[in-house]
Amino acid sequence: MVMEIVCPAGTPAALRAAVKAGAHTVYCGFNDETNARNFPGLNFDRQEMREGIAFAHAHGSKVLIAINTFPRAGNEAIWHRAVADAESCHVDAVILADLGLLDYAARNHPGLRRHLSVQAAAANADVINFYARTFDVKRVVLPRVLSVQEIAAINAETEVETEVFVFGGLCVMAEGRCSLSSYATGLSPNMNGVCSPASHVEYREDKGVLDARLGGYTIHRVGQNEPAPYPTLCKGCFGASDKRGHLFEDPVSLNAEQLIPQLQKAGVTALKIEGRQRSRSYVTQVVRNFRTAVDALEAGRPMPEGMLARLSEGQAMTTGAYKKTWR
Amino acid sequence: MELTVGPNQFFWSADRWTEFYDDLASTPVNRVVLGELVCSKRLPFYQDRIPEAVSTLIEAGKEVALTSLALITLKRERKQTAELAEMGVEVEINDLTALPHLPKGAKLSVGPLVNVYNEGTLVWLASQGVRRICLTPELPLASVRTLAFAGADLGVEIEIWGHGRLPLAISGRCYHARLHKRTKDNCQFACEDDPDGLDVTTLEGKPFLAMNGVQTLSDTYATALHQIDTLSEAGVSALRLSPQSNGFIELCKLYRQVLDKDISGADAVETLTRMDDNVRLSDGFLTGNRGVDWSGEQAQPTLRI
Amino acid sequence: MSQSQALIPLFPPGLARVLRVIPLAPLSLSLTAYSRKIAKTHPSLFRRLGEFDHVKFVLDPVDLPFVICLAPNGGVPRVTVTRGKGDGVARISGPLAALIGLVHGAYDGDALFFSRDLVVEGDTGAALALRNAIDDAELDLAQEIAAISGPFSGPLLHLTAFIQRHTQVYLTRPEEAEAW
Repeated sequence: MVMEIVCPAGTPAALRAAVKAGAHTVYCGFNDETNARNFPGLNFDRQEMREGIAFAHAHGSKVLIAINTFPRAGNEAIWHRAVADAESCHVDAVILADLGLLDYAARNHPGLRRHLSVQAAAANADVINFYARTFDVKRVVLPRVLSVQEIAAINAETEVETEVFVFGGLCVMAEGRCSLSSYATGLSPNMNGVCSPASHVEYREDKGVLDARLGGYTIHRVGQNEPAPYPTLCKGCFGASDKRGHLFEDPVSLNAEQLIPQLQKAGVTALKIEGRQRSRSYVTQVVRNFRTAVDALEAGRPMPEGMLARLSEGQAMTTGAYKKTWR
Repeated sequence: MELTVGPNQFFWSADRWTEFYDDLASTPVNRVVLGELVCSKRLPFYQDRIPEAVSTLIEAGKEVALTSLALITLKRERKQTAELAEMGVEVEINDLTALPHLPKGAKLSVGPLVNVYNEGTLVWLASQGVRRICLTPELPLASVRTLAFAGADLGVEIEIWGHGRLPLAISGRCYHARLHKRTKDNCQFACEDDPDGLDVTTLEGKPFLAMNGVQTLSDTYATALHQIDTLSEAGVSALRLSPQSNGFIELCKLYRQVLDKDISGADAVETLTRMDDNVRLSDGFLTGNRGVDWSGEQAQPTLRI
Repeated sequence: MSQSQALIPLFPPGLARVLRVIPLAPLSLSLTAYSRKIAKTHPSLFRRLGEFDHVKFVLDPVDLPFVICLAPNGGVPRVTVTRGKGDGVARISGPLAALIGLVHGAYDGDALFFSRDLVVEGDTGAALALRNAIDDAELDLAQEIAAISGPFSGPLLHLTAFIQRHTQVYLTRPEEAEAW
């Protein structure tokens, strides 16, 4: 069974680019706070979603809709409507994180396939099986805190399909359980679908030295010829005791391309690419690269060498938690 | 309104730990949640002291609950979680993994590290037997009010973060170990030296966060001391005070005095700032634009660089 | 399709010197007309700008002696070319070829930003909205010019193709390879 490439699309154009580049599955979100990439200029209105799904289906690709923020008290109807609209757009599955929303979808839209979002941070077989029993979740997107061995152990104990991130921005914290952004800016991944939002970012360049501030806190400073960082909180530069540096994580992004054979052995069903906020150029290049890789694996050819460094934050890569020493 | 003492988030020596809970027995708090929340590697150092602390607190008339870990991944951690139920004490769920391990009909509560943002989640948790929820500190007052109202109908008490450094994130990676260039497996308990977390500053030297092993906290100490009337009117049943190494007993008393209307919230904040002038306060999650905001007068942060 | 993003061609300095003296008013006028034409054929571009559809942007081709001020005006855009710093809530600076390549989806904006080929100043949210809106519009500037050039469209397209081949500047939208 070829591993499924699950690719991001922030716009209809990116969705078409992903499908054309060979994505088996594309995931996207509605243009509101119901999804975790609620960025300016991104995402799909209802009409665009319907057309995008029809396009993907006509070309043999699937579409998933992420409704993976946590509904605001008193306003759950917005999220309920998103689930209903996803079903009427003939989406292949919805990606949910909130317990209440999972319960709602399971009761009111039993025929709509449910995936558990990484935002639920389900990090062991006990809780994954619990989600499956309780809400009939068919697939879980694993949080980026697990090593390949741990993923294998999870797959040995569950029937639920697993999907893991292989490329793109890397959350260092357990997803869905991080309030760093709302602490510094008032906007949170869980409630507003944004992290370290661009609206609170400020760059200042002085004599080649580039300062990046988030919410008034300077958390990055680079010299003339160094790659520019985006001031994502967990990848900022900080001081503690007598040390200064990237105390949580360097400005790197995840690339687990070379681990694909191991992930397949670990029983992983689908490989997820992060980046709904990225361009169609990114989508095309990354999808083509990963599609080539899984096709090579299937045909018993060696993994092609990666060529995606330029697309990465800080132009540097890590295999993240997949290798245990990262911790 | 009740006072709950949350689980100690930091790594203290076993003797300090015991002393802390002995002292708590005589403070005017209603409820104590104890046990290891942050890192399973810390637990063996004081695990055998837990039963005695539980007895002491129960004898002193406190309600007692044991917390689950905040992030459960390893086999050992899953086993620890399953064993929690066997202690015969109420369990506070801080990772949903604990829920299926608990026997049907057991008294359950949910801690601030489980995401409860809306009525749907609250209703579902109530259907699982949950009778008390300490909400995530991120929630604004409007959400707190809505949830307290919904909770009242279902017999679920709503508690909120009352005081202490805010738990902002939990990770698979240990930052204390990373700071000392060690791996998590060979951390040599680097977090032990920072009984309230290690201060993390921005590049301008502004205090910003605090590092605590795999956990990241706020630099500021959130406080609801001056908002008790509003919270009480919103239907909040309890305030959670998070253990800190200095002046915690006085802090509990101060909150009790405000609850009993012996002193005003404003005066209490005044006292609080005098207790430690290196402590920065916040109340932004509840009523401000962002978590770090503070509605009161803010003294210039004292830098320690 | 886009390959390496390492080498972004610069506008020939000799030609840039010539641009220092040409009058800018006619250029502003024709760019405004051109952008209104695009606004008609791509209304979704302005919808995507959302709350930023009435702010001003400065596009600064660093290898040219002027900046381009773009006021989306809720779908009735105005373009002003000026030799000053320009006025806007957000400024996006980079080589002309990078800016044009971005419009054509040949480059990834974040990647150009990480490599510092592109610099964003001011309201980062506004800049991001513009980038995302343009990325979705799948514009082809040469085709758009040709479409308003009547009888000259054929030769014009040949010319742009010629220049593209010889300068590696993405003057048109690269073909997205078909993988199915």
